[in-house]
Amino acid sequence: MDRGPWWATFNGLHRVRHDLRNLACIHTPIPRNYDPTLHPFEVPREYIRALNATKLERVFAKPFLASLDGHRDGVNCLAKNPKSLATVLSGACDGEVKIWNLTRRKCIRTIQAHEGFVRGICTRFCGTSFFTVGDDKTVKQWKMDGPSCGEEEEPLHTILGKTVYTGIDHHWKEAVFATCGQQVDIWDEQRTNPICSMTWGFDSISSVKFNPVETFLLGSCASDRNIVLYDMRQATPLKKVILDMRTNTICWNPMEAFIFTAANEDYNLYTFDMRALDTPVMVHMDHVSAVLDVDYSPTGREFVSASFDKSIRIFPVDKSRSREVYHTKRMQHVICVKWTADSKYIMCGSDEMNIRLWKANASEKLGVLTSREKAATDYNQKLKEKFQYHPHIKRISRHRHLPKSIYSQIQEQRIMKEARRRKELNRIKHSKPGSVQMVSEKKKHIVAVVK
Amino acid sequence: MSANQAAESNLLASNQQKELEDLPKDCLLSTSEDEGDSDGERTHQKLLESISSLNGKDRQKLAERSEASLKVSEFNVSSEGSGEKLVLSDLLEPVKTSSSWAAVKKQLNRVKSKKTVELPLHREEIERIHREVAFNKSSQILSKWDTVVLKNRQAEQLVLPLSKPPSAFAPIEHVVSSWKAGTPLEQEIFNLLHKNKQPVIDPLLTPVEKASLKAMSLEEVKMRRAELQRARALQSYYEARARRQKRIKSKKYHRILKKGKAKQALNNFENPAAALEELKKLDKARMMERMSLKHQNSGKWAKSKAIMAKYDLEARQAVQEQLARNKELTQKVRAASESEEEEEGQEEEEEPLVPDMVNGVQIKANGLNPWMLRNHFSDAKEAEVQKDLKDPAEPEAQETSEIEEERAVVEEETLLKEFEERRSLRQKSELNHMAEPVYRRVTKDPSSQEVLSELRALSQKLITENHQSGKQERSSARTAQREEPAREEEEPVLLQRPERAQTLDELEGLGREGCVENKELPRTAVEGLQLEKNLSNHIGAPKEKKRKEQMIDLQNLLTTKSPSMTSLAVPMTVQELEDREEKDQWHMTKEAFAGDDVITDFLKEKREAVEACKPKDLDLTLPGWGEWGGMGLRPSAKKRRQFLMKAPEGPPRKDKNLPNVFINEKRNIHAAAHQVQVLPHPFTHHQQFKRTIQTPIGSTWNTQGALQKLTMPKVVTKPGHIIKPIKAEDVGYRSSSRSDLSVVQRNPKRLSIHHKKTSGE
Repeated sequence: MDRGPWWATFNGLHRVRHDLRNLACIHTPIPRNYDPTLHPFEVPREYIRALNATKLERVFAKPFLASLDGHRDGVNCLAKNPKSLATVLSGACDGEVKIWNLTRRKCIRTIQAHEGFVRGICTRFCGTSFFTVGDDKTVKQWKMDGPSCGEEEEPLHTILGKTVYTGIDHHWKEAVFATCGQQVDIWDEQRTNPICSMTWGFDSISSVKFNPVETFLLGSCASDRNIVLYDMRQATPLKKVILDMRTNTICWNPMEAFIFTAANEDYNLYTFDMRALDTPVMVHMDHVSAVLDVDYSPTGREFVSASFDKSIRIFPVDKSRSREVYHTKRMQHVICVKWTADSKYIMCGSDEMNIRLWKANASEKLGVLTSREKAATDYNQKLKEKFQYHPHIKRISRHRHLPKSIYSQIQEQRIMKEARRRKELNRIKHSKPGSVQMVSEKKKHIVAVVK
Repeated sequence: MSANQAAESNLLASNQQKELEDLPKDCLLSTSEDEGDSDGERTHQKLLESISSLNGKDRQKLAERSEASLKVSEFNVSSEGSGEKLVLSDLLEPVKTSSSWAAVKKQLNRVKSKKTVELPLHREEIERIHREVAFNKSSQILSKWDTVVLKNRQAEQLVLPLSKPPSAFAPIEHVVSSWKAGTPLEQEIFNLLHKNKQPVIDPLLTPVEKASLKAMSLEEVKMRRAELQRARALQSYYEARARRQKRIKSKKYHRILKKGKAKQALNNFENPAAALEELKKLDKARMMERMSLKHQNSGKWAKSKAIMAKYDLEARQAVQEQLARNKELTQKVRAASESEEEEEGQEEEEEPLVPDMVNGVQIKANGLNPWMLRNHFSDAKEAEVQKDLKDPAEPEAQETSEIEEERAVVEEETLLKEFEERRSLRQKSELNHMAEPVYRRVTKDPSSQEVLSELRALSQKLITENHQSGKQERSSARTAQREEPAREEEEPVLLQRPERAQTLDELEGLGREGCVENKELPRTAVEGLQLEKNLSNHIGAPKEKKRKEQMIDLQNLLTTKSPSMTSLAVPMTVQELEDREEKDQWHMTKEAFAGDDVITDFLKEKREAVEACKPKDLDLTLPGWGEWGGMGLRPSAKKRRQFLMKAPEGPPRKDKNLPNVFINEKRNIHAAAHQVQVLPHPFTHHQQFKRTIQTPIGSTWNTQGALQKLTMPKVVTKPGHIIKPIKAEDVGYRSSSRSDLSVVQRNPKRLSIHHKKTSGE
C-alpha cells in the first residue's frame, strides 16, 4: 500500500528501508497513520488471517515427541520429580521401577522394587527419595540418586503391612505419606506403624491423593462407587459422594484448593467443588471407555485424562468437551498419565510397556522464540480466539483424525444418548405434567451424598 | 447443630452420673457423726446386733431384705433410724429443728431436680456428627480461597510460576563439598588433588599461583591489565573492521582498495630499502604470472568468455581486462630513474605483440587498464575516435599527447569519476520519461519560435558540416577538443528524430534550465556506440558506412519506444506538467476501456437483476382442456387470461431511488457459509458479539502498546521452570504455622480410639 517515494522501489533500497523499519520497531517507533479509512476491511482481513492461523495450527500439530521403552510389562504408575523437570519415575506391572531422563530420553536406573505389581509410586516433596507400594504388601522408600559404586540397590526403609496397599501419595510439605488399601493410613516417615487410620465403609480404596494447596485434606475413591474426603488434622473422613459407577482416581486442582476431578468408569470425568458434592461443577465427556487416570496441568486451567479406549484427552476445566485427543496406532490402554511441572509436556504410560511423551500444545514451537515470533503467535492465538465461533474456523480447529474404533464408538454412543433423551422426553410428554422431571446431566450421575 | 448439642448434653449427663455415684460414702460418714450423741443407745444396739451377726446364720438373715432397707436404697437415701416410725409431722417440721434430716432433704431435693440420663448415642451417629463438624470447619478454611480463585480465573493474564524460584545453581564449592569420591578411580584423582594442595573452594588457586599473584604489585597488575585490555580492544576493533571490509561485495571497491595499495607500494619506492623489497615482490609476481599463465585467456572462464565475446560486449570487456592484467603483471619493472620517453618507446615496441584480432580494442601500452580508459576518459576518447575517423594516417603524435594528459590524472580519481558517471546514468534512465516533455515544451514555446527557427537552420548547417568533417583533415588536437561538445550534442540528435535534434541544439544555445539534463540523457547509448566504433576502427572496414548503419539502427530502436510523444500537447510549467500527467493517466484509462461502456453495462445489469428478483406470474393454462389442442393450436386468450395467476407486488426495492447503486437483497449463500448462525454462549446480545468481532486487534489498526495489550496471552509460563501449586504466601495469606503432622500427633487419644476401632473391625 505505502511503497514510499519512487526511489524506495529499488530492490536494494527497499530492503534497506525494510530492515530499518524493523530495527526502528525495536527502538523508536516509526510514525504511522492509523486512520481507519486508510486501512479498510479490517474484519474480513482479520478473518482471513484467523483462518490461515487456524489452518497453520493444524498443519503444525505434531504432538508426539518420544516413546520411552524399556519396561517389560505394562506401565502401571508414573511420578514426577518435584525438583527436576527431566526426571520421571515409572512403575510396571512386573514390580520394576525405572527412572528416566527426559532430555536424554533414556532410562537412567532400574530397580526391581516389588514382587507383582507396583501399585503406586510417589516422590517426596524434596525430591531426594521416593516411595513405592506393591502387591507384596510392602511400602518401600528409595533414594532418588542411585547407589554409589559397590553398593547394592536397596530400599532405605521397608514397611511390611497386613494388607495389600493399592495406592500411595506423599504430603506436599511434611514427612508424612498416605497409603490406601482397606483403609486410608497416614504414616510418619520415621515410624513403622501408621499414625492414623481412617475408614468409612468396607470396600477397598483404589487411590488416595493429598490436596496440594490445603495439605491436610485428602481425597480417595473406593470400589463401592464412592469418593471420600478426609481431614488429616482432625483424623476423620469428611464427606462421601456416591456416583453411578466406580471412580478410578481423582486429582486435585493445584491452583484452586477446593476443586478436584474424578476419572470415572462411566467414560466421564467429574469436576467437583468439594464443598458442594451434590452437583459436579462440570461433567467432562468425550471418552468412549473407562477413564483410568487424570492429572492436572500445573496452571490449573486444564487436565489430561487417560482412558481404556487407547487415547488421552486434554480438557479445559470449564469445558465439557475435550480440546485435544492424542493417540497412536501402537498405544494400547493408557493406564497412567502425568502433566509435567512446566506445563509443556504430557507423559502417558500404557499397557504395551511404553511411556510416551507428548506436547501439551500440539502445534507449539519448542525452543527459544524470538520476540517477533512470540508476538506473531500471540496475535494468531488471539485471532483464533476471536473468530472461534465462525463455522469454517470452528470446523478446521475441531477436526481430528480418530482411530476407527473410537470413531465408530462415538457414533454409537451418540445414537444411544439420543435415544435415551428421546425416551425421557416421551415419558415426560405422556405422563401427568410435573410427575416426571427432567434431570440435568450434572445431577444424573450422582447417586447420593453421605454426610 | 441441634443433634450435636444433644450429644454434648448427653455426655455431660453421663459425667454427672459418675459424680453421683461417688457421693454416697461421704453421706454415710457425715450422718453417723452427726447422730453420735443423741442416738448413743441406738448405736449401741447396732453394735450388739453386728456382733451377734458375726455368727453365720444371723449374717445370712441380715442380708435378706423385706422392706425398704436400712443401708441400701435405690436413690442413695440412707434410712438411718428406721427403728422408729417416721411420722408425717416430722417431715412437715422445718428442717432446722431437726438437723438430723438435713442431709436427707438435700439428697431428696437433688433427686427431684434430676431427670433420668438418656442412653449414650450410637457410635455411628457420633462419628457422623464428628464428620459434619470437621467438614464445616474445613469448608470454612477452604472458603478463604474463593477470592483468590475468582481473581485468578478472571485475570487478564496469569504469570506462572507465581513465586520467584531461588537460583537453582548452587556454587561449585557446595556441590563439591557434598560430593564424595566413590569409585577407586575417583579416590585416586582426589588423592592426587590433595597431594597438590589443589583447593576445592573458591578461589581455585594453588599455593604456587597465589604466591605468583602476590609477587606482582598492584600497580603493575593494573597497568598490565589495562594494556591487555587495550590490546584486546584494538584487536577486536581491527577484526571488526576487517570483517566489515571483507563483507563489502562491490568489486569496484576492492579494486580501488587494491589500487590504493599499489599506490602505497609506489610511494614506498621513495625509500630505497623498501623499494628494493617492492621490486622483489613485483618480480616475483611477474615470475608467477609467467609461469602460471593465469591471465592468458587460457582458463575455462576465459574460453567461455571468448566465445561469448562475439555477441556480448561485457564478455569482450572482461577478456580485455584479463589480458591487460596479464600485460601489467608480466611487464618488467624498472628502476624509477628511467625516463618516460623510454617507457613510451617500449610501449610502442610492445604494441604489435598483442594480436589485434583477439583483443579487438587497441590496448594502451602505458599499463593502464584500457577498459577503464575507455569508460572514464570518454571525452578524451571521443575526440580520439574522431581523429581516428578523420585521420587514420597520423594517430601517433596526438595519442602520445593525450596519454600524457591522462597520466596526470590520479587513478583513484578516475575510478571515482566512473562511479559518479554510473550513478548519473542510472538516474537519467529513471528521469528519461520526465525529461522528455521538457524538450517538447521548448519546441512549442511560441515566444521563442522565431529564434528557434533560426537556430534550427544553423544547427542544420552544423550537422552537415560535421558530416563532411569526416572527410576533412584537422590540423590540431585543440580544435578537435573544442569541437567535442558539439559532437556530444550531435550524438543524441542522431539517435532521435531530426526535429527533436534541432530542439536540443537550441536548448544548448538558449541555456535554459533543464537542458543540462537533456544533454546528458542519451550518453549511455552514445558510449555504447563509440565502443562499437572503436572496435571497428582497427578492423579497417569503411568507417563512415558502418557508422551510418548504426545510426539507423539506433534510431529504429528509439523511435519504437516513443511513438506518441510528438502528438501530445506541451505543458507550460511544472504544474501543468503534472496536470498533464494526470490527464495522460485519464486518457490511458479511457483508451484501455475504450471498447466497453461501463455505465450502460451497469444499468443493464441492474435492470436484469431487478427483473430476476421480481415475483413471476404463474400460468396455469392447460392446453386441450375444454377446447381442441394439438400442433399449431394455442389456448384461447380468454382462457390464458383466466388461468394466469398474477404474482403479488413485492415490497419496493431499496435501491429504487438510487440510480448508481445496486443493492442485492438476496442473501449471499457463499458469505453465509462463513457467518455465525447462532449467538455463541458467553454473549447475551448480538450487538455485544458484533462489537468484539468488529474491533480489530492487528498491528495494522492498533498502536504498538495497544497491540501488546490486546494480544496478551491468558497464561504465561516460563519454559523450563517448575510451577508449584499455589501457596498461601503467594497470594498474601498467612499460612498456618502449625504443621499438619504436629496437629495429628497432639490428639493421640482420639487417634488411638479410632485406631482401636478400625483394628477391631
